[in-house]
Amino acid sequence: MFAANQRLIDKTKKEERFKAALSTLTVGIFLPALMIVGWLFVKGAPALSMDFLLQDPIRGMTAGGIFPTIIGTIWLVTICVLISAPLGILAAIYLSEYAPDNLSTRIIRLCILNLAGVPSIVHALFGLGAFVLFLRMGTSILAASCTLAVMNLPVIITSTLESLQAVPRSFREASWNVGASKLQTIRHIVLPNSIPGILTGMVFAVSRAAGETAAILFTGVAFYLPFLPVNVFEQCMSLSMHLFTISTQVVGVPEAYPYATALVLIMMVLIVNSISVAMRWYFRSRRKW
Amino acid sequence: MDKVQVLPMTQAKVKPVRRNQRPWSERIIEGLIKAGGMSGIIFVVGILIFILRESAGFLFGSFDFVEFFTSGNWVPASVEKIEYGTLALLAGTMSVTIVSMVIAVPVGLACAFYISEFCPPRLRETYKILIEFLAAIPSVVWGFIAIVIINPLLIDVFQIPSGLNILNASIILALMSLPLIVSIGEDALRAVPESYREAAEAMGATKWEVATRVLLPAAKNGLMAAALLGVGRALGETMAVLMATGHSIRFPTSVFDPVRTLTATIAAELGEAPKGGEHYQSLFAIGLYLFILSFVINILADRLVRGKRLK
Repeated sequence: MFAANQRLIDKTKKEERFKAALSTLTVGIFLPALMIVGWLFVKGAPALSMDFLLQDPIRGMTAGGIFPTIIGTIWLVTICVLISAPLGILAAIYLSEYAPDNLSTRIIRLCILNLAGVPSIVHALFGLGAFVLFLRMGTSILAASCTLAVMNLPVIITSTLESLQAVPRSFREASWNVGASKLQTIRHIVLPNSIPGILTGMVFAVSRAAGETAAILFTGVAFYLPFLPVNVFEQCMSLSMHLFTISTQVVGVPEAYPYATALVLIMMVLIVNSISVAMRWYFRSRRKW
Repeated sequence: MDKVQVLPMTQAKVKPVRRNQRPWSERIIEGLIKAGGMSGIIFVVGILIFILRESAGFLFGSFDFVEFFTSGNWVPASVEKIEYGTLALLAGTMSVTIVSMVIAVPVGLACAFYISEFCPPRLRETYKILIEFLAAIPSVVWGFIAIVIINPLLIDVFQIPSGLNILNASIILALMSLPLIVSIGEDALRAVPESYREAAEAMGATKWEVATRVLLPAAKNGLMAAALLGVGRALGETMAVLMATGHSIRFPTSVFDPVRTLTATIAAELGEAPKGGEHYQSLFAIGLYLFILSFVINILADRLVRGKRLK
């Protein structure tokens, strides 16, 4: 008959301890991180009001609201997505449907991987050299958005590629067999079936672009502007840059003010991010295959 | 004479369709798709070209190879002797990267082990969402947290005059790279075939033994890649370290010393450097340096992941 010997009991105990330690560690790392974010809520919430959201900063950015920075961030993110989404989707379609399995495809993949790892300040330098100076866009929303778009391209390509690959090969084969061309198959079979995944990745890219600071530092964002931008060739303010400015560069800012700005930025990013998570769950539960 | 010989009967019924007779619109769109596919290469090469272009005046002018890499003096605006030495900046970057990885890699990999192997499925989903939220917090917010939360905390705990130093930046960088390390580490562990675990458990191994003797060696490459990508993240981070390191160029002697990193130097000085001047160009040279560093790290990580993928 099977009986537990001492060695086995020891081993089981050891495993229990090991498991408990790991679980404590995991909780111990995520709890403080959550508490930090919670602290921002506690300190920032009292200063949050409609006036704060809808007024201009006044008195050298030590009072008033953050309205122009929110508008600026929306400008930047919108133009960024308008540029990077088509490009990213085309690139992903190429990699998923057309790219042969050879050296050049490997190089393309490696480049995308590297593009994702380039430090954001290097993207800023590229944006300054290529868009602001070489293409003569000047420091403008357009230049800053282009820089953000290049930065976000790998994110969009990776997520789009993933959802294109998730469409079963048999769908494509069925379509080819009834005589559809490759492009017709992509347009009528592959894309409609992967649109949810593509959108989810897009929303995620938006949340990343909204929080980025370093890449737009020298390409189109101003510390302070007394007016709102009316077209893409003007500069704008941005929420992330504003937080940097009032927490390091300006003196005499009331304590709650940067907290509230950080809170608005975090909320904006987290809400967009939650939409992306919720979309992924919803579409996964409804997937037909 | 390149026409295909067709039997008369077939000819009457079916018109042979050649590949290049597809409609114009289709060919244009396919051309666009192929062009889009090249965008990855175009931008990586573009970054290299434009940074080289902007820094060319410095690189091919007064660039002193030995001084740039081995001198600790970065004094681009000095009146007596202008020097462009990046060694102290590199020391700053390396110190925050190393200290943050000492914190984040063991903790991150342990979390990855827990989430992948021991966690109940429900809890795993929760953790994954949490990780995603942590990863979504912008770096400027982390920098702000460094100033208003970690800074006073360090002053209180260690009785030091200023809490903006290597330790502060490392804590922030550790928190920032944890989500990346955990999620990639978890992917690596998931990629180990279930049959490995089953075989070990069938032989009477406990989960602890499975984790240390089977999973660790099997997922070694992926786990190392996770750590390496964490390093890449820490190395390239700009805003958070700009706000947290205390901003003083020097060789650090303890974790309570303030430093300045390569990335922070560009962010802090580019706005003031006159366009086209030598100082301006030298900052682009630092950018090139960073680009090459990140390139090497990414290629290494890719090698590790692909090198020995288990079937």
